Amino acid sequence: MSFSAFFYDKRLRSVLFQALLVLSIAFGFFWLVENTVSNLSDQGKSVGFSFLSQTAGFQISSTLGTWLMKYEVGRSTYLDVYFIGIINTFVVAVLGILAAAVLGFSIGIMRLSHNLVIRGFATVYVEMLRNIPLLLQLFFWYFAVLRSLPSRREQTELFSGIAGINITGLYLPAPIAQSGFMIVILVFIMAIIGAVMLSKWATKRQCKTGRTFPAFWAGLGLIVGTPLVAFLALGSPLDWSFPEFKYTGPLLRRGFQSGTGMVIVPELIAVWLALSLYTAAFIAEIVRAGILAVAKGQTEASYSLGLRPGITLRLIVIPQALRVIIPPLTSQFLNLTKNSSLAVAIAYPELVSIFAGTALNQVGKEIEMIAMMMTVYLTFSLLTAAFMNWFNARVKLVER
Amino acid sequence: MADHKHSANQNSEHAFVRAEDAPLLPPPATEAGITGWLWQNIFASMADFSSAGASLRSACVAALTVFLLYFGFAQIYTLLDFGVFSAVWSDPDELKREACWTVDQGGGLPSGWHAACWPFIYAKHKFIMYGAYPSEELWRVNLSVLLGIAGLAYVLIERLPRRREVGAMMLTLYPLLCFILLTGGNLAIPFGSIGLWLIIGLAVISLGRLAKRGFLGSTLSEFHAFIGLTGWAFVIYNTVRGLGAVDFGLEPIDTRDWGGLLITLVVAVTGIVVSLPLGIILALGRRSEMPAARLICTVFIEFWRGVPLITVLFMASVMLPLFLPEGVNFDNLLRALIGVMLFSAAYMAEVIRGGLQAIDKGQYEGAQAMGLSYWQSMRLIILPQALTHVIPGIVNTFIGLFKDTTLVSIVGIFDLLGAGQSAIADAAWSTPVQATTMYLYIAIIFFVFCFGMSRYSIYMENKLSKSRRH
Repeated sequence: MSFSAFFYDKRLRSVLFQALLVLSIAFGFFWLVENTVSNLSDQGKSVGFSFLSQTAGFQISSTLGTWLMKYEVGRSTYLDVYFIGIINTFVVAVLGILAAAVLGFSIGIMRLSHNLVIRGFATVYVEMLRNIPLLLQLFFWYFAVLRSLPSRREQTELFSGIAGINITGLYLPAPIAQSGFMIVILVFIMAIIGAVMLSKWATKRQCKTGRTFPAFWAGLGLIVGTPLVAFLALGSPLDWSFPEFKYTGPLLRRGFQSGTGMVIVPELIAVWLALSLYTAAFIAEIVRAGILAVAKGQTEASYSLGLRPGITLRLIVIPQALRVIIPPLTSQFLNLTKNSSLAVAIAYPELVSIFAGTALNQVGKEIEMIAMMMTVYLTFSLLTAAFMNWFNARVKLVER
Repeated sequence: MADHKHSANQNSEHAFVRAEDAPLLPPPATEAGITGWLWQNIFASMADFSSAGASLRSACVAALTVFLLYFGFAQIYTLLDFGVFSAVWSDPDELKREACWTVDQGGGLPSGWHAACWPFIYAKHKFIMYGAYPSEELWRVNLSVLLGIAGLAYVLIERLPRRREVGAMMLTLYPLLCFILLTGGNLAIPFGSIGLWLIIGLAVISLGRLAKRGFLGSTLSEFHAFIGLTGWAFVIYNTVRGLGAVDFGLEPIDTRDWGGLLITLVVAVTGIVVSLPLGIILALGRRSEMPAARLICTVFIEFWRGVPLITVLFMASVMLPLFLPEGVNFDNLLRALIGVMLFSAAYMAEVIRGGLQAIDKGQYEGAQAMGLSYWQSMRLIILPQALTHVIPGIVNTFIGLFKDTTLVSIVGIFDLLGAGQSAIADAAWSTPVQATTMYLYIAIIFFVFCFGMSRYSIYMENKLSKSRRH
C-alpha cells in the first residue's frame, strides 16, 4: 500500500486523530497536575480531606441548615458547614421553584388572555424582569427594599401580633411537636397513599363500567380530613412558640427575644423574592409557548366531540402542552438552583457563601473545597438530566 | 313529503321582491371603532353570565382587571414619581449628600421625601462608566466603543456591500485594535524572538508552496496544505504578538483601573467572540463519529453547563493560579475572562448543535456526493446554514452572558454593577435613596441593551421563518 492510500484511509485517519486528541488532552492534564503539585509544595500545602473533621470557628446566621445540623461554633466541623451549605441551598431552591412555578404559570396564562389589561400587565412583567440582571434585582430587594424595614428595636406587626417583621428578619410562630404528633404525620402519609389508591381504583372502575367517581374531592377529603380527625382525637399534640417582642425595658434588650418563635433571615427573603420573580418571567414564556404549540384543531375537535371547555383544557390541551413545557421548565428549575449561588453576594449562608467563601478563607484548601462544591451542583444537574431523559422517553409521541 | 314540495313550488307567488340594494348598516358596535376595540380587548372576557361557573369566572376576571389596572398604574406612578416628578435633579451649591436630605436628616427636603437623587449619578457617572480609567485617556475607550458600534451597525444593515468582510474584521482585527487601544499595548515581548518566529513561519509557508508544486517528492506533497497552514498559524500568531509589543506611544493602563460599563462590555464581547469559534468546534466534536472526540466534547460541555457561573469564577480566581507554572501570573480580569469564555463556549456549543441538528440530512449527503471533504462540507455547506438558523439563539445566549457579567463583581472586578455598589458606599453621598437611585440607573442601562437585543433576535426569528416558508 502506497503512503498516500495509507494517508487517505478514513478509518486510519480517524484513529490517528483520536489518539492524538487523547494524548494531547492527557498531556495537558498531566501538565496542570504537575504545576499544581509543585505550586502546592512551594506553598507548603498538602492535598487531602482531613480538614473536614477540623472544627469551624465562625458564626453562621441561624437558618434551617444550622438548626438541622445543630451548628455550634468551636464544636461543629467543616463537614457540618458543608452540609449546612447544601441544606440552605436546597431550601432556597425548593422555595424558589414552588413560587416561580405558581407565578410563572399564572403569568404565562395571563399573557394569552383576551383581556388587554391582563395581557399587558403580564407582558410588561416578563419584559422588565427578564432584561434586568438577577444580581441587580437581588441587590435591589436586599439593599433597597428590605433595608427600609423597621430597625431591630422596632417591628411591623403581622396578623395582629402573631408574627412580626423588622430588619433582622421575619418572625413567625414555631411549631413544637408534642408526643403523639408523629401519629398524625403517619396518618397523613397513609391518607396520601389511600388517596392515590382510590384514584387508581376510580379510573379502573370508569374504564370497566363507565361510572365516574369524584376521586379528586374524595381524595382531598381523605388527605385533609383524616389527619385533622387524628389531630383532634389526640388532643392537638402541637404547641406553638410565639415570637416575643419587648417594647420596654433596657434599650439593648428591646426587640425580638431570642429563643422565641422562628426567624426567617432577610437574606433568605431577598434571595427567594429575586429568584422566584426572575425565574417566573422565563417560566411564563415557556408556558405561553407550550400552550400556543398545541394545534387549534385539537381544541376544536374536542369541542365538536361535546367536551366542555374545562375538560378540554384538562384532558386535551394541558397534556399536550406539558410535553412541550416540561423539558425547558426543568432546565429553568435547574437554572434557579444554580442561580441560588448568587446569594453569596448578600451573604445568605448557602453552599458557595459559607463553604467556598468563609470556610475556604480559613482553611485554604482551594482544590478540594471547590471540587466538593462543584460536585454538589453537578449532581443536581445530572439528576435533572436523568429525570428529563426519563420523562422525554415517557411522553414521547409514539409515531406509527 | 314529495307532495308537499310540489305544492310549495306551485304556490310560489312571491309577496315581496327587493328592487334595490339593502341599506348598508354600520358594523355592530362590538366589532368596530373604539367601542368594538374596548369590547374585544377588555369587556368580552368578563361578560359571560350564561351559567353559574361562567358568571363566577367573569366576576374573577373583572376583579383581576380592576386590581391590575390599579396596581399597574400605582407602580408606574411610583416609578415616575421616584425617578422624575419628585427627584432632585441638580445640586447647584455642591452640597453633595445634603442636597438629598430631608428636614429630619438635616437637609432641605420635606419630611417623608423618597425619590431619586440624580446629582449622585452625575458625580459618579465617569466612575460607573469607565472605572478608574485616567480621564485624559478616555478617548481611547470612546474610540473603541464607537468603532465597535460603527462596525456592528455596518454588519447589521442588510443593504450594504461586503458585510461578510467587515464582519470578519470585527471578529479579528477589531479585538486586536481594542486590546492595543485599551491596554496601551507595548507588551514586554522581545522583538528578536518575534522576528525569528516570523521568518520561520514565512519559511514554512514557502516550504508548503514548494511541496505543492512537487519539488519535495510525492510524500511531502500530500502534506502541503498542512505545512502551509502551520506556517500561516506561525505568521499570524507572531504578527499579533508583534503588534501587541509595538510601542504606539500610548500610556499603558493596568486592567485594575478599568471598570464600570467598560468592563461589562469587555467581558461580554470577549466572551461571545471567543465562545463562537470554540462553540463551533465543540458542537462539531459532540456530533462527530469519532467516539473519543464525542466523549471529550460532551464531558466538557456538560461540566460547564452543570455548574453555576459564580463557581466557575471562583475557580478561575482561586484555582487557576495553582494550575499554571510558577512565574506565570494572570491579572484578575484575564482570569475572570478565561472562566467566562469556557462557560459561554459550552452554552454556545449547545445552541450551535441545535442548528446542526436542524439541517436536513440530504445536505450532508449532498456535500459528500459532491466529493467535499469533511471540513470543506462543514465550511461551505453545513455551517453557513446552521449558523444562520441559530442567530436568534446566539443573540439570546449573548443577552444571558451580558446579564451574567454582573457576577464578576463578586470576585472583586468592578463591572457596571460592582462600580455602582462601590459608588453607593461613598459616605459623601450617603442618603437613604442612594442605593435605589443607583440601582434604577443601572437597571435602565441593562434594560436598554438587553431589550434592544431581544427585539433584534425576534426580528431575525420572524425573518428567518419567513424565508424558510415555502
